[in-house]
Amino acid sequence: MMKMRTVEITVGALMIAGILSLLMLALQVSGLSNFFREEPGYKVKAEFSNIGSLKVRAKVSIGGVVVGRVTEIGLESDTFNAVVWMAIDPKRVNNLPIDTHASILTAGLLGDNYISLTPGFSETQFLKEGDIIPLGSTDSAVILEQLISKFLAGQASTNNKSDQPGGEHP
Amino acid sequence: MITMKRLQLLGRTGFSFMGDVGRATIILYHSLIGKPDWVNGFTRLVQQIYFVGVLSFVIIALSALFIGMVLGLQGYTILNKFGAEHALGQLIALSLVRELGPVVGALLFAGRAGSALTAEIGLMKTTEQLSSMEMMGVDPLRRIIAPRFWAGQISMPVLALIFNCVAILGGYMVGVEWLGVDNGAFWANMQSAVDFHADVVNGIIKSVVFGTVITWIAVFQGIDCQPTAEGIGRSTTKTVVYASLAVLGLDFFLTAVMFGDT
Amino acid sequence: MKPNSDNLVEIRDLHYSRNAHVVFDGVNITVQRGKVTAVMGPSGCGKTTLLRLIGGQLTPDSGSVIVNGEHIPRLSRERLYEVRRQMGMLFQSGALFSDISVFENVAFPLREHTNLPEAMIRDLVLMKLQAVGLRGARELMPSELSGGMARRVALARALALDPSLIMFDEPFTGQDPISMGVLVQLIRLLNDALKMTTIIVSHDVQETVSIADYIYVIADGHVVGEGTPETLMQEGTGWVQQFMQGLPDGPVPFHYPAQDYSNDLWGASR
Repeated sequence: MMKMRTVEITVGALMIAGILSLLMLALQVSGLSNFFREEPGYKVKAEFSNIGSLKVRAKVSIGGVVVGRVTEIGLESDTFNAVVWMAIDPKRVNNLPIDTHASILTAGLLGDNYISLTPGFSETQFLKEGDIIPLGSTDSAVILEQLISKFLAGQASTNNKSDQPGGEHP
Repeated sequence: MITMKRLQLLGRTGFSFMGDVGRATIILYHSLIGKPDWVNGFTRLVQQIYFVGVLSFVIIALSALFIGMVLGLQGYTILNKFGAEHALGQLIALSLVRELGPVVGALLFAGRAGSALTAEIGLMKTTEQLSSMEMMGVDPLRRIIAPRFWAGQISMPVLALIFNCVAILGGYMVGVEWLGVDNGAFWANMQSAVDFHADVVNGIIKSVVFGTVITWIAVFQGIDCQPTAEGIGRSTTKTVVYASLAVLGLDFFLTAVMFGDT
Repeated sequence: MKPNSDNLVEIRDLHYSRNAHVVFDGVNITVQRGKVTAVMGPSGCGKTTLLRLIGGQLTPDSGSVIVNGEHIPRLSRERLYEVRRQMGMLFQSGALFSDISVFENVAFPLREHTNLPEAMIRDLVLMKLQAVGLRGARELMPSELSGGMARRVALARALALDPSLIMFDEPFTGQDPISMGVLVQLIRLLNDALKMTTIIVSHDVQETVSIADYIYVIADGHVVGEGTPETLMQEGTGWVQQFMQGLPDGPVPFHYPAQDYSNDLWGASR
């Protein structure tokens, strides 16, 4: 009977170890703590012409400080603009001016996309639940390929310019 | 002529394989139908989890620790070249949770628990214990096979979870404590990269599938073995080989289904 | 429906083959209640197979196996397991469960099939062990028993549910003379004392003859001789005579079929 007890105890310990592992994977590894509950805070919508590889749960930051997360990404049906919903934590910031500017940046050369907010100057009107940051005050993601092709095109045109004088002399 | 013989051999192998699958299915079916005996069944289940799960714990935890440490070391040296050491946590956690945890855990499980199951059941068959149980009016499939099958299915995901955690801690130890990756960056990158549903839950599903397949193969090989000492040895080898191949093959399939579209 | 209540087991026109090898080709065997019936024959003639057919572990190709009025091959899986509780079978090796003690081995069928309180199980187990003379060995593990003791424990286990039919598979093989004597006596005593029916499968002529009431001799898939031990010993045909007397040569030749000896020796060098 003593043996049966040790069997039961060790099996119980194994099960507890398994549950603890699951908890660790859930909370510490996958950061599930902000998955179950609804993203806290008020929802603000922003329109972009191109969001690059921005993903749901990407950071929303002001000056590098995380103030919220992207909760939903969609497409405006008539304008074909990308629409990004983000939840801003009111504990962090509750008085974003209505003319706040949003831009999609990349963390490092190869990092993930995130949204950076640059507060505007309005002192009376603040962003609240459901408000929209219009296309005019957003910067789209910088697509590396476009950048490179622009750069190459630019170089080519400068090359052309320097070539042209030579071209005029037969 | 020789090609015809080869073709014939292939056909015969195919037939015998189909026959095996059929018999294995029948055995599984007979083991699992019928109303369970909750009181005694639970005690037996606990006992089998001890043999299948607890006794595999040490090898799983130790291997996990070393694999995690190797991942930390290798990942660091490569990421360091790009100045991206902060992504170490992400690299370790993703490779473990998605692939290494379920797969390596399952391979070790097949080697440790699967072979032991086959040998045990094969020995019971060889010494006519199964037959005598049958003649006592006790169905050996329900009495012997069913608790072992469930125990394997429960133990495998638990062991895989433990494997993941121990390995991540091993990687943390090497990466953060020894090589000096920033603690905050390590965990933050991991948390932003690992998704609970897509990665952790899918990993658990994988290990449940592997646990089922491994114990199924193991108990079938035990029941189906030639009742001689040599037969037990051969069946044990078969269990490890077939179970490992099945795990790796299924892993590709499951990965394609789960992560293929991202 | 009991065709004949005097007969516990009736086997009619039994055909059974395994991998194209014919084991039984029209065998008829009748086992009377309360008697010790022996089935004898050379090694590999399918004696153990016969017991497995009676126990329903194998299904015959054709013919009927009736035990206590039940057609064994036609029973559902559930019913078969119920009928088997009426049977005890003793395997050649004893087949004790090697991971539990002698006591637990004997208690196993009781625990599986009854809800008796622990105290009563203990009493029953001790009674069965006492009957085979091994009450003192109850705490031992099966690996600590000698072959003869293991068989006696297995006998106690087979008796645990008080079966009406008990079958012995080669009970005398590989036993020293003392254990053999003990087993012979036990089988006869228990059969008479517990009003059981016994089937013994064996090729040990002397011991079997000394306890059997009726003997069937099987060879090449047929019953080649039957009768009480005395009649068989005296009146059997040539083959049965050779088997019962243990003569080295006779209808069963000493030599495996081969071509002529001198041809074989000298023929190759020519």
